[in-house]
Amino acid sequence: MATRENPTELVPLLRTMWLIRAFEEKVSALYAMREIRGLLHLGIGQEAVAVGICSLLRTDDYVFGGHRSHGHAIAKGADINRLMAEIAGRATGYCAGKGGSMHIVALDAGFVTATGVVGGTIPLALGAAFAAKEKNKGQVAVVFFGDGAGQAGAFHESLNIASLWRLPVIFVCENNGYAEFTPLSSHTLVERLARHAQTYKIPSTTVDGNDLLEVRDAMAKAAQHARTGKGPAFVECLTHRLRGHYEGDSAKYRELSELAEWKEKDPIARFTRELKRRKAISDKDIAAVENETRNLIEEAAQFALASPWPAPDEVASQVTA
Amino acid sequence: MPEQSFLEAIRTGLHEEMSHDPSVYLFGEDVALGGPFGVTAGLAEAFGKNRVVNTPISEGTVMGVAIGAATAGLRPVVEIMFIDFITLAMDQLVNHAAKLHYMSGGQLKIPLTVRVQCGISGNMGAHHSQSLESWLAHVPGLKVVMPSNPADAKGLLKAAIRDDNPVVFIEHRGLYWTRGQVPEGEYLVPIGKAAVAREGEDLTIVATAKMLLAALEAAAELSSNGISVEVIDPRTLSPLDVETIVTSVKKTSRLIIVHEAVEKDGIGAEIATQVQQEAFYYLDSPIVRVAAPFAPVPASPALEKCFVPGKTEIIRAVQRALNRLGE
Repeated sequence: MATRENPTELVPLLRTMWLIRAFEEKVSALYAMREIRGLLHLGIGQEAVAVGICSLLRTDDYVFGGHRSHGHAIAKGADINRLMAEIAGRATGYCAGKGGSMHIVALDAGFVTATGVVGGTIPLALGAAFAAKEKNKGQVAVVFFGDGAGQAGAFHESLNIASLWRLPVIFVCENNGYAEFTPLSSHTLVERLARHAQTYKIPSTTVDGNDLLEVRDAMAKAAQHARTGKGPAFVECLTHRLRGHYEGDSAKYRELSELAEWKEKDPIARFTRELKRRKAISDKDIAAVENETRNLIEEAAQFALASPWPAPDEVASQVTA
Repeated sequence: MPEQSFLEAIRTGLHEEMSHDPSVYLFGEDVALGGPFGVTAGLAEAFGKNRVVNTPISEGTVMGVAIGAATAGLRPVVEIMFIDFITLAMDQLVNHAAKLHYMSGGQLKIPLTVRVQCGISGNMGAHHSQSLESWLAHVPGLKVVMPSNPADAKGLLKAAIRDDNPVVFIEHRGLYWTRGQVPEGEYLVPIGKAAVAREGEDLTIVATAKMLLAALEAAAELSSNGISVEVIDPRTLSPLDVETIVTSVKKTSRLIIVHEAVEKDGIGAEIATQVQQEAFYYLDSPIVRVAAPFAPVPASPALEKCFVPGKTEIIRAVQRALNRLGE
């Protein structure tokens, strides 16, 4: 783990991880109560990747996500009330209820878009990076995707073009070992996706994605590389989702022992232990962080559920600009 | 007004828009080298290879790059060399370009122009000859433009580049070397507005792209037999200017739709439906489509000429429509 960080600067990272965890758990609870509908993919267990990466980004950096991106948007600074309202399909949501869980756009925070198509936003991130390079203000683009996207054509085409044009884009692979219900080993013989980056001559690293500081260290190098005009970088984070592929997925394809192993590696518990080891936080403050974030999420849920539904005449508005 | 070929008019439109707006960038295979037909010749020299960007043969990703660049403030123009290859980019075009404005509740705009060349000429066979415009017109959020003459090509292209929405600009290869007068400088043709290419009284023909030339030839020949045909060029397929077509049909009471795409599920079906809804009681004969058979485009010259509708098929359809009155 990195040691050069000032301990007090690390506490906000714990808070953001808790904000994501509390948000996702609330979404799960509201889904179970049928207060939230739709197809929901939660990132519980993967918070260290979102927070480690986004903690080193500027507001004017561009972030693109996938179908499991609530946490990425929160880590980039999206407003939790508007995000919760969007997932609940309300008029006050970021996208006025037209996007939903898989199509989050929080432009005020620099979260450009997520997608319901696996691998679909990888090329978009290249485009934002292209524009950033032309504007020459040191901005970078980041795209989050899973191991399942690593077998998509867009992934390979994008690595090639990003490398060829030296685009300031950082590829962040959340390798959680499963593409929907199927283990990665059934989809490819190349289980370390960073190897593909090597093929396209992109600097890459594979890190423990449940170790916040290891992710952050890798990202610091990647961001430095991209911001200084040296081209793209690739960070593969080995992690695991502790819920099913989607809410309602009983995940029978996963051995309970595997789940138990990953629960032992819970990124929030690990980072909390590290903060305590460094004497950066007291037990009382740890409890306060959790309570504060859970209260904020309760308020976000109340805001969302008290918000109006979109008006019927919104159904075919904003089809074109 | 100077005369230009269709191809030169497009090049002029691109040149003017790149001069007018530094956020306009071109992306595509071989675009910095002029492309296979020379449409973009000289643009890399004029604006630099930063703005006229040669891409690998990765249509899907290149389309995505352009969409991403549009989200970050550029106004990209992507060239897909043949419309047959737009199939590779349909995910990005349909799932992202077309939907991001709506899905984001208006937060994002995608000012993207997709230039794509289509149609039958030169016996190129099934992978270099298709007309897929009705696929595109079926997608909410995409505008689809299909000019038939050099002046419209320039004016519609400039309008497409300035539009804040994704616009697919379809260029029929068989029109590239046709010539016509093209207004100089600032000349914009509004997207979504049809043109009456020839006025007439007895029957209306709606024809797209190169089929407009065949329709005008047919109308000229029929006129010498005392039959007066009105010819309409929709110019934009989505949004479709139904009003201009309906106004004409209310006058002539008969409608024939001509396109080079296969007849089944083509844009003609949409035009026919909308016209019968608006002008059913004005019609004196069934609406007829003259279009390609429901088959892939064959390579052999002997078969290709049977595939493409032309003046003869149009005249036959007109005569049938007019005789129907006496039955």
